[in-house]
Amino acid sequence: MIVGQISRIAGPVVNARGMEGIKIRDLVRVGELGLVGEVIEVKGAEISIQVYEETDGLKVGEPVKSDGRPFLVELGPGLLGMIYDGIQRPLEIIRDQTGSFIARGATGDPLTKKKRWHFVPTVKAGAPVAFGDVLGWVQETPAIQHKILVPEGIAGTVAKIKEGDYSIEEPMAELHDGTKLHMRQLWPIRRPRPIAQKISAGVPLITGQRIFDVFFPVTKGGSAVVPGPFGSGKTVTQQALAKWADADIVVYIGCGERGNEMTEVLTEFPHLEDPRTGQPLMNRTVLIANTSNMPVAARETSIYTGITIAEYYRDMGYDVALMADSTSRWAEALREISGRLEEMPGEEGYPPYLASRLAEFYERAGRAICLGNHKRQGSVTVIGAVSPPGGDFSEPVTQNSLRIAGAFWGLDARLAYSRHFPAINWLTSYSLYLDALQDWYTQEVGLEFVQMRQELLEILQKEDELKKIVQLVGRESLSEPDKLLLDVARTIRDDFLRQNAYHEVDAYCPLKKQYYMMKAILAFYGTCKVLLGKISYEEMLRLPGWEQLSKMRYTPNEQTESYFPSFIQDLSTMSVTKEAVA
Amino acid sequence: MNTPLYAKAHRSINEIKGPLVFLQSIPDVRYGERVTLVDSLGRKKSGQVLEVSERATVVQVFEGSDGLDQKSTAVFFSGDVVKLGLSEDMLGRVFDGSGNPRDGLGEVLPETERPITGSPLNPVCRQQPFEFIETGISAIDLMNTLVKGQKLPIFTGAGLPANRVAVQIARQVIRQSKEELIVVFGGMGITSREYNYFYKEFQDSGALANSVLFLNLADDPTIERILTPRLALTTAEYFAFDKGRDVLVILTDMLNYANALREISSAREEIPGRRGYPGYLYTDLSMNYERAGIIKNQKGSVTQLPIVTMPNDDITHPVIDLTGYITEGQIILSRDMDRRGIYPPINPLPSLSRLMNLGIGKNKTREDHRQLQDQLYALYAQGKEIEKLTAIIGSAGLGTTEREILRFTERFEHEFMNQGERPRTIRESLALGWELLSEVSRSELRRVEDKYIDQYLSGKTAATPS
Ligand SMILES: Nc1ncnc2c1ncn2[C@@H]1O[C@H](COP(=O)(O)OP(=O)(O)OP(=O)(O)O)[C@@H](O)[C@H]1O
Ligand SMILES: [Mg+2]
Repeated sequence: MIVGQISRIAGPVVNARGMEGIKIRDLVRVGELGLVGEVIEVKGAEISIQVYEETDGLKVGEPVKSDGRPFLVELGPGLLGMIYDGIQRPLEIIRDQTGSFIARGATGDPLTKKKRWHFVPTVKAGAPVAFGDVLGWVQETPAIQHKILVPEGIAGTVAKIKEGDYSIEEPMAELHDGTKLHMRQLWPIRRPRPIAQKISAGVPLITGQRIFDVFFPVTKGGSAVVPGPFGSGKTVTQQALAKWADADIVVYIGCGERGNEMTEVLTEFPHLEDPRTGQPLMNRTVLIANTSNMPVAARETSIYTGITIAEYYRDMGYDVALMADSTSRWAEALREISGRLEEMPGEEGYPPYLASRLAEFYERAGRAICLGNHKRQGSVTVIGAVSPPGGDFSEPVTQNSLRIAGAFWGLDARLAYSRHFPAINWLTSYSLYLDALQDWYTQEVGLEFVQMRQELLEILQKEDELKKIVQLVGRESLSEPDKLLLDVARTIRDDFLRQNAYHEVDAYCPLKKQYYMMKAILAFYGTCKVLLGKISYEEMLRLPGWEQLSKMRYTPNEQTESYFPSFIQDLSTMSVTKEAVA
Repeated sequence: MNTPLYAKAHRSINEIKGPLVFLQSIPDVRYGERVTLVDSLGRKKSGQVLEVSERATVVQVFEGSDGLDQKSTAVFFSGDVVKLGLSEDMLGRVFDGSGNPRDGLGEVLPETERPITGSPLNPVCRQQPFEFIETGISAIDLMNTLVKGQKLPIFTGAGLPANRVAVQIARQVIRQSKEELIVVFGGMGITSREYNYFYKEFQDSGALANSVLFLNLADDPTIERILTPRLALTTAEYFAFDKGRDVLVILTDMLNYANALREISSAREEIPGRRGYPGYLYTDLSMNYERAGIIKNQKGSVTQLPIVTMPNDDITHPVIDLTGYITEGQIILSRDMDRRGIYPPINPLPSLSRLMNLGIGKNKTREDHRQLQDQLYALYAQGKEIEKLTAIIGSAGLGTTEREILRFTERFEHEFMNQGERPRTIRESLALGWELLSEVSRSELRRVEDKYIDQYLSGKTAATPS
């Protein structure tokens, strides 16, 4: 145990001296209250500590203690469905201890020690095992088998292993050298969990959101950034993905955002069904809630706590999606602490290492062959919200994130003002994964899918050009084919790209329905092109197809196959007679 | 917040700079501790410890450091963080920005004491807001509904009637709740004219009896403004969560608050962020704004209506921007509408209540509320576009539909928005909304379902085939 004394207190940063042997990133307990903190600087005899709780009331000379270990998260069965703060304190247990308001010095076990899990071994006595090997599993939730992995630094031959009910503290296996193996393991959050090999990803994370699945997909194991001004829809987007994305596990980090938003997740998720398993969504979710008014140093930590948990489930062979709302608040926490350390500031006051920290974080996304036996494959997909000041994307957090992430979903204040949601700008957003995903889409949904996507985008690009002309000379001077293109573009925007996150049916759109919707729009466009010149443009606008297209997204998802093929048929062969028009 | 004098006076001041006093290191001083300073004439000021180290102790002086000198000023440390004494007798009282009575009615005997910084509400204990608050203003109740437990700021410009709107809301919600609801008012840097206005309005309308006012005037010390919202919110939490009352907190003007924060930061020579505001402005503001909400299985609520002035009407100004990033929507006042004599001049297009859906609909307001709001919004947005167009190309080429929408827009602004001070019930607002929809042909009403049209659309065009 290393024991020293407080020498200075300035907000969340506390200095101490007399701590010989302490290392950067070691966990410390500060003051009489034993506030949790982490060493972030060692300078001669003095160290700097970022404290994860408010420092009001501390005095110079109070003790600082450490056992010389870094901050470790607890990994094991019981993580799913939990809500933690940035340093993995379970908020429900904190409530039981300190009431509705979080008091300082509260502690709680991240994983329950009481519950006994039924462990089923998958290796036998005599088997050689090493770091990352699967020893067996417990059924953590009805849909998730929690694989029990050999922790780092352990290797040998299994002497004893037995099926049965165990708490996370009771050994369920033993090696020949006497090492006992538990279901719980610890990991330092700032070190990525190792993998056997990164592999390229060719499978999209299907989100049920048309603009992403069709236009700007992210791969399982990819990364996307969602920057946007306040109120443009970052949180609604992140929550929609947490609800509907086809991941096995979701880690949702509320990093320096609103308390009510976490409550919303906590209120809704237990009642919503995972579209794939029919299980309550909460059963596949781990929530990290370090809201804006909770201590800023723990906010800095929250994304590492979250991604370590994500990696842990990846290592079992699962596809994990991680949402961080908002990475800007994390960067600001970094800036705040750097400021208190009186470090030399870089751009906009952020520390010069902002870019490398962001890169390190996003680099932990990926698709991998996991360490250990069975050649499991797993992935971590990272989706980070960015909150640029004034909505100006040229600021450092947005720019540095863009350099790393593979998809950019740019939210646009003007679209949000006009209540076009999701307010993703279709002209400036991009996905670098399109090439990698081409084969998947072609095989799984059909070659047309990729072609239709291209056609829709081209129409929207052409619309953008035509709009500039319209502003100068008015719409009336356009040719009829151009007018038609504008009206079809409007249909694409209003009836395809718009998607109401609060609508019972529209909130989630299966991929097949997305395919049919594109097909319907293009079929009708084809019909109209044929009709050009045969009927007046006024008459064209009165064709029932326009209204039908505007309602297709409300077709119940389970009726996709029964409704769309004949609907599309109608649209493509729409009678060309005058009667149909009148 | 009066301080008993403690035995030991410290006179080891090294430097006085702006609102900060730097002393030699004093043993046993706590970070955040409350401090009393007495100058050579015996005048008292209060302060708080900002930094302690083996080398120095830094104190921020709330009333400003004017009149303090290095030699004769005595500094007393209280041994405790800044707290506010609380009691139900605070109702009907007016305090200054440091919590001392301003109305000459003497001290309030505290029932309990709380640190004014508050503690974060555990997210698992929060109850999702669900209840509508009727402000009597159609532009809010129908278009951007305020919900109990929400934080919804008003973004205003210099000279726009934000204070009048705030007072009107305060009066109305108290009356509407049959005096169940309490208003806690925090004024930072308000002029004496505004002070007189608030005081008179609260008194004349009888709202004062259900209110607690903390007022820091423009010529009061700026640093005190750091305290004022915290005092107001500590009081609000006491009434809400100790006494089970619904509390509406009005904070005006949070720009002045942020400017006080900037002043301290620059005196400490911290690295300035955007426009000189400190890098921790977001965290600091959210420590105030997040003190709104409802607790599960418990009576009472804190709802916040902060008022923030946009310097030069600039919505990207850092204080406005960060407020928007923390709060749950925004009500935006428009200079253009104000010039055209519309009161309240609330611009419905950029305004947004993010929690609206939670507070409206069947059994809350009415089942058609959401769709009616959507429809009014869409038509008004369209109307404003058409107005812009006609300004360029004239109105000659307009079709019937467009003319109808223009007439709707005109009436929407002059009747619906421009309601003056007379409150409307939500029913009246809904009825007026539907009446305005009768200006346009039924086929234009694409955002409302037919069943609601049949039920609520009044006479005029109901005959138009769909
Ligand atoms: N897909 C959507 N469908 C319907 N409404 C939406 C959608 N996306 C956003 N909105 C609307 O926009 C509002 C703001 O969205 P959201 O809270 O996600 O913004 P944000 O970008 O996270 O803002 P902040 O940076 O302030 O947190 C929502 O309350 C909702 O009214
Ligand atoms: Mg958000």
